[in-house]
Amino acid sequence: MSTPTEPKTRRSTSALRTGRRGPRKRSVDQPRRSVTMTVLTTLVGIYSLVPLAWLLINATKTQASLFDSFGLWFSGDFALWDNIVETLTYNDGIFVRWLGNTLLYVVLGAGGATALAVLGGYGLAKFNFPGKRGVFATVIGAVAVPGTALAVPTFLMFSQMGLTNTPWSVIIPSLISPFGLYLMWTFAAEAIPTELMEAARMDGAGELRTFWQISLPLLAPGVVTVLLFTMVATWNNYFLPLIMLKNPDWYPLTLGLNAWNAQAATAGGEAIFNLVITGALLTIVPLIAAFLVLQRYWQSGLAAGSVKE
Amino acid sequence: MTQTVVPPVALATGTRHRRAARVWSGWGFVGPFMAVFALVFLAPIAYSLYLSVFRKQLVGGNSFVGLDNYQRAFSDPQFWSAVGRVGLFLVVQVPIMLGIALLVALAIDSGRLYGRNFFRISIFLPYAVPAVVATLMWGFMYGTRFGLIGNINEAFGVHLPDPLSSGLVLASIGNIVTWEFVGYNMLIFYSALRTVPTSLYEAAEIDGAGQWRIIAAIKLPAIRGALVIATIFSIIGSFQLFNEPSILQSLAPNTITTFFTPNLYAYSLSFSGQQYNYSATVAIIMGVITMVIAYVVQLRGMRKEA
Repeated sequence: MSTPTEPKTRRSTSALRTGRRGPRKRSVDQPRRSVTMTVLTTLVGIYSLVPLAWLLINATKTQASLFDSFGLWFSGDFALWDNIVETLTYNDGIFVRWLGNTLLYVVLGAGGATALAVLGGYGLAKFNFPGKRGVFATVIGAVAVPGTALAVPTFLMFSQMGLTNTPWSVIIPSLISPFGLYLMWTFAAEAIPTELMEAARMDGAGELRTFWQISLPLLAPGVVTVLLFTMVATWNNYFLPLIMLKNPDWYPLTLGLNAWNAQAATAGGEAIFNLVITGALLTIVPLIAAFLVLQRYWQSGLAAGSVKE
Repeated sequence: MTQTVVPPVALATGTRHRRAARVWSGWGFVGPFMAVFALVFLAPIAYSLYLSVFRKQLVGGNSFVGLDNYQRAFSDPQFWSAVGRVGLFLVVQVPIMLGIALLVALAIDSGRLYGRNFFRISIFLPYAVPAVVATLMWGFMYGTRFGLIGNINEAFGVHLPDPLSSGLVLASIGNIVTWEFVGYNMLIFYSALRTVPTSLYEAAEIDGAGQWRIIAAIKLPAIRGALVIATIFSIIGSFQLFNEPSILQSLAPNTITTFFTPNLYAYSLSFSGQQYNYSATVAIIMGVITMVIAYVVQLRGMRKEA
């Protein structure tokens, strides 16, 4: 997506250089840069980044200097490494355990959700089958039902099946991503020429082989996009584990951090805000890194998905 | 839909069997999704409908009570105050958030910004931050003890109102939600804008249309689908408001009640009150309200397009 716009940027730089001489004829391809607009957008940019900067800065402070130094600047002592070590080792390294749990939920939950969404979206986009309209109506209708509205009955069902307080209670509901299905559906409809599938069938390939060898490679940007978004959803999940899990040993990072934060409010609880802040920083670093590294893929995947209504 | 074009080759009777198999092979791909979907979506919905018409009593166990639970909900002031609160949240926060997102998307798309890619990424980044972390972060910053508000009060000798006091806490939550989702919505709008052919803009400029005119006459109608979808997602999100108030509770225990939002109410009813039947009823009513509003928005959005 960013590729076709690159020459535009280069050209408009030269437009800027010669633009001094008065109202230059502009065109869609060579718009004049606007300082006012840049300043206004910068305000939104600052709004977006300041809390992250606050988090980074305060992760370098000790519990004591959190209270007596200015929030948006460093205090004298640089305690980031100490904080990280303490976060990872506090309470016999429970944070590492939570990190492992989160990874487990993300790999199985987001991975499974992506696989189901890719298969389902492909099936809906490229096949006619009895009941297809029904599938569409059911999925769209169910999306409008608040997730939290499903939580109580799901909890009761799972507790009767003996699944609560186990990793399965978090993983199984994560396997469904209606947004992922929708995205893959619109993406597959565009990315895979039906003629190509026909050609593969003519050559005697079965449906599974056509999918693996012809369709899946074409779906790659969409798959990365869905994978990233389901990863975010499972990594950030809070409500589902909150109701399903009682044993802190199975907590994901989000629940663990909240428990650490709440610890200060309980009678006799040790206040460990420096660990909450450092833990929060460690929690968001992997996702932000993934988004930055994979930009090219998910942005083109999202672009294709948003075309359709 | 894009559909299997019948091969232009005259089909011999031998291939008929294979074509019949292909009619069902779509299910092979959709089946796994639908099976899990039935387990984690359809079954719980059915179960909560069942729960909502029963009542569990200490004496006598489970008994069928018809629509009693619904009657109770309709005359429950706590429930309606929660609905009113998320309704207020919806009409104030959603337009602000989508408005900012749309303006930024238009600005980035116009090509008039310095450092466009930097803005696109940095404004989107908060989306990758878990609601728990976002709420803790903002909650600390709101704090008068070691937060930014405390710093400002100290530095300037002023006394800013506490963002977590009962009058301001809803606005403070709105700010957190806006921070989390502005970039996400911006990206949806921006992606849609990228698909508008630039030849349209050129034609409009030749006809003498100004930038605002182009936005109103070409860009906005072209991304109507994205606008409708973002609005629907935001409405659903507002009615489901739970994480932010629930986490702020430990920082502001006195201002956030157990019935602050409908979902928080449903949660408290079942997990601290053991009133599963009534909780399921509250959840169903909220689901229906959400669906009706989402449906109306969709109808209106699509009708204007015609």
